[in-house]
Amino acid sequence: MTDKNNNQDNKFLKHLKKNWAKYTVGILLIVAILYNYDRDPKVTQAVLASMVRHSTPLVLGALCGLIGERSGIINIGIEGQMLISAFAAFMTTAYTGNIIFGVVLGILTGMFMGYLLAIMSIALKLDQIIGGTVLNILALGITSYFYQVGLSMGQKILPIPLGKLADLPLVGRVLFNNPPITYTTFILVFVVHYILFHTKWGLRTRAVGEHPRAADTVGVDVFKIRYVNLIIAGGVAGLAGSFLSLEAVGSFERAMTNGRGFVALAVMIFGRWTPFGAWGAALLFGFASAMQTQINFSGALDIPYQFISMLPYLLTIVVLAGFVGRSRAPAASGVPYEKEG
Amino acid sequence: MVNTVLEVQNITKRFPGVIANDSISFKLNKGEIHALLGENGAGKSTLMNVIYGLYKPDEGQIFINEEAVEVQNPHDAIARGIGMVHQHFMLVPVFTVLENIVLGSETTNGPSLNLRSPRKDIQKIIDQFNLDIDLDTITEDLPVGIQQRVEIIKALYRQVDILVLDEPTAVLTPQEVDDLFKIMRSLVDQGKSIIFITHKLKEVIEIADQITVIRRGKVVGSAKPDEADQQSLATMMVGRDVDMHLHKKKAEPKEMILEVNNLVVKDANGNVEVDDVSFEIKAGEIVGIAGVQGNGQTELVNALVGMIPTESGTVKINGLPATNASPRKVTEMGSAHIPEDRLKDGRVLPFTIADNMVLNTYYLEPFAKSGIRQQEEIKEFAVDLVEKFDVRTPSAENTASSLSGGNHQKEIDAREFSRPINLLIAAQPTRGLDVGSIEYIHHRIIEKRDEGCAVMVVSTELDEIMELSDRIIVMFNGKIIDTVNADEITKEQVGLLMAGVTA
Ligand SMILES: Nc1ncnc2c1ncn2[C@@H]1O[C@H](COP(=O)(O)OP(=O)(O)OP(=O)(O)O)[C@@H](O)[C@H]1O
Ligand SMILES: [Mg+2]
Repeated sequence: MTDKNNNQDNKFLKHLKKNWAKYTVGILLIVAILYNYDRDPKVTQAVLASMVRHSTPLVLGALCGLIGERSGIINIGIEGQMLISAFAAFMTTAYTGNIIFGVVLGILTGMFMGYLLAIMSIALKLDQIIGGTVLNILALGITSYFYQVGLSMGQKILPIPLGKLADLPLVGRVLFNNPPITYTTFILVFVVHYILFHTKWGLRTRAVGEHPRAADTVGVDVFKIRYVNLIIAGGVAGLAGSFLSLEAVGSFERAMTNGRGFVALAVMIFGRWTPFGAWGAALLFGFASAMQTQINFSGALDIPYQFISMLPYLLTIVVLAGFVGRSRAPAASGVPYEKEG
Repeated sequence: MVNTVLEVQNITKRFPGVIANDSISFKLNKGEIHALLGENGAGKSTLMNVIYGLYKPDEGQIFINEEAVEVQNPHDAIARGIGMVHQHFMLVPVFTVLENIVLGSETTNGPSLNLRSPRKDIQKIIDQFNLDIDLDTITEDLPVGIQQRVEIIKALYRQVDILVLDEPTAVLTPQEVDDLFKIMRSLVDQGKSIIFITHKLKEVIEIADQITVIRRGKVVGSAKPDEADQQSLATMMVGRDVDMHLHKKKAEPKEMILEVNNLVVKDANGNVEVDDVSFEIKAGEIVGIAGVQGNGQTELVNALVGMIPTESGTVKINGLPATNASPRKVTEMGSAHIPEDRLKDGRVLPFTIADNMVLNTYYLEPFAKSGIRQQEEIKEFAVDLVEKFDVRTPSAENTASSLSGGNHQKEIDAREFSRPINLLIAAQPTRGLDVGSIEYIHHRIIEKRDEGCAVMVVSTELDEIMELSDRIIVMFNGKIIDTVNADEITKEQVGLLMAGVTA
């Protein structure tokens, strides 16, 4: 009995030792936020709400990336998937006037893009980096070509306050007064975590991403797992696209994803290919972006804005340096599976 | 009535440039242990992969319980009661043992994965066969012998009727082999049938009910164990007479080559694996390191060649300090290393065989000139080695991953034996080799010794240690428990020392 307790103590210490950087940053952030909230509740809330807004497409993009990569396919086409879905969602909404149709079409478009990537990387065994690049170029080309100036969709998706919860101090406005895609994102983080680590599908997905031949020899259909995962992941990226055009901006602009698909990849890696990790990393990015806007906007500090704009990236570097712990990609990601290889 | 549970008829399987199986037919009867013998690259694993649905045969038919079937994929095979333990383990390294066992045959609890009830069932199997294994360990942290058990439990958990064991004993200690044989016998008693592949003729004679021999993709004969002996089987396998006994002169040790003083090595978790070890090896002698797998030999070798850091103590090669030297430094000091795990260390599997042959000399003349690779030189060199060491492959330009199990080993042996060296550190140099190839490698090792090389052989194969060594060091629990001259000790005495029993 005591032995077991000892063991658990040890585990806890080890965990602390490994993750101290994460916890220190987290605690410092919370202290800073509380302090600021005490001084200026309005601004603090605005910054935090903006953090959540900034982080949503990153979380979704990272989820898309990690679903694919956990099953062994590197997806650098998230940017393209998001862009073309944003476009499809916007156009549908503009023409039908129905936002739900718009979101659905955004998701379907993302899924189709995922399917394209699957065909290229699984069936044709094309290099996965090239496959992803094809998606990016395709999306940029198509959306720029069909883009029509002056089209509008009317009202963008509005926040839905969750009753009394939305009135809580500090967190109320930030967490419980959001538009639906943002809520969906919160839920998706839990859902993807659950599927990945607590279901049969998740176990098989991880096996296929680590050692596809081993999975094959116990009767797991490697190709099916990879196809389905890429298509679902595409849907998640599609949701991110819909978020950008329908929920965040309320219109479509050329290349409006603006590199978020790539930042999402970084977020996925910071988060060590786990949904919660990705969420934390995305919030951190979001926070830095929100701070940057806030500082530039308020003009409180007498520093050239170019320096302030570095903030998100600086923070990234600092945190990354603190996370020196082992982080490794699924072993088979990037390698096409050959049955008789 | 004899009951044929599995029959293959005229199976042919071609790979680019080779016919791996050339119209092979054979039968497996119920309750039988059927041994499959054959040289490295004869086509044994290929045939098993065909039966298991991993490879599609170009021609031929498979019958299960006298019914013609088509095994499209492993899923079909498992559904028809076929289980296979692969020559190279099929385990996901980062999974726990439990996860690896249930993968592919999961039970669910609503949408959730249910690991609790399989855990109970698996524990029953473990208890029944005395397998002793912790289900929550991460698989890659386990020694190969234990990983083997995981593979067997995987098959048992799927309640197979036909079990294919592709060279299961190559990585096992004698004790573990005994345990495995016990398991095999009790499986057969329960009416299961086993195809057993091995290169160890002694084992075949001990456990098989029926023997089939394959050479270059064809069945060349069959035998009953009570009518055959090791010599005749070896001859049938290789197609020529094999000298099963090693003849060597008495060693004439000369100058000091390797000096190890008070070496301590810890693993990643801080456990002491090599505990205050001191020994020396002189030019012209072979020192065998005996010990049950997991008593520090692996870590000792890895520390000597610079793959893992040492904690304290010193290593000298040719009188020069070599403690914690990098692998390249150690190589350049004139030593050769044959690593224990031929798939993980020492080679790059997706590279060609030729590139692997120069993996530690590629930057030197004549393989590179002013930083430019000399393709012709590399190719010529590789083709020559492939020929000399009889690495069975259609071309040196094939990827290393296409080689058969034993030929992986031959490739690495070829590379390390072909350099001018004065220290050879060989861990399991003949693991998975057929008798003919073992004979060849053993002769090369003795030749190196006689040329004045200091040789350190680590082997879990007691016979190999006894035959090759001039001196024997026995390791137990990370310590050297005794050092003896090979001609002054019996195999049984070494066996006792390996178990930690000192006189
Ligand atoms: N995937 C592959 N691609 C190309 N050639 C292959 C492949 N697998 C096996 N071969 C070739 O087929 C032949 C038979 O190989 P196989 O693995 O069946 O031999 P084996 O009898 O199991 O030998 P060992 O005792 O060394 O394991 C070899 O010449 C090998 O090079
Ligand atoms: Mg084989």
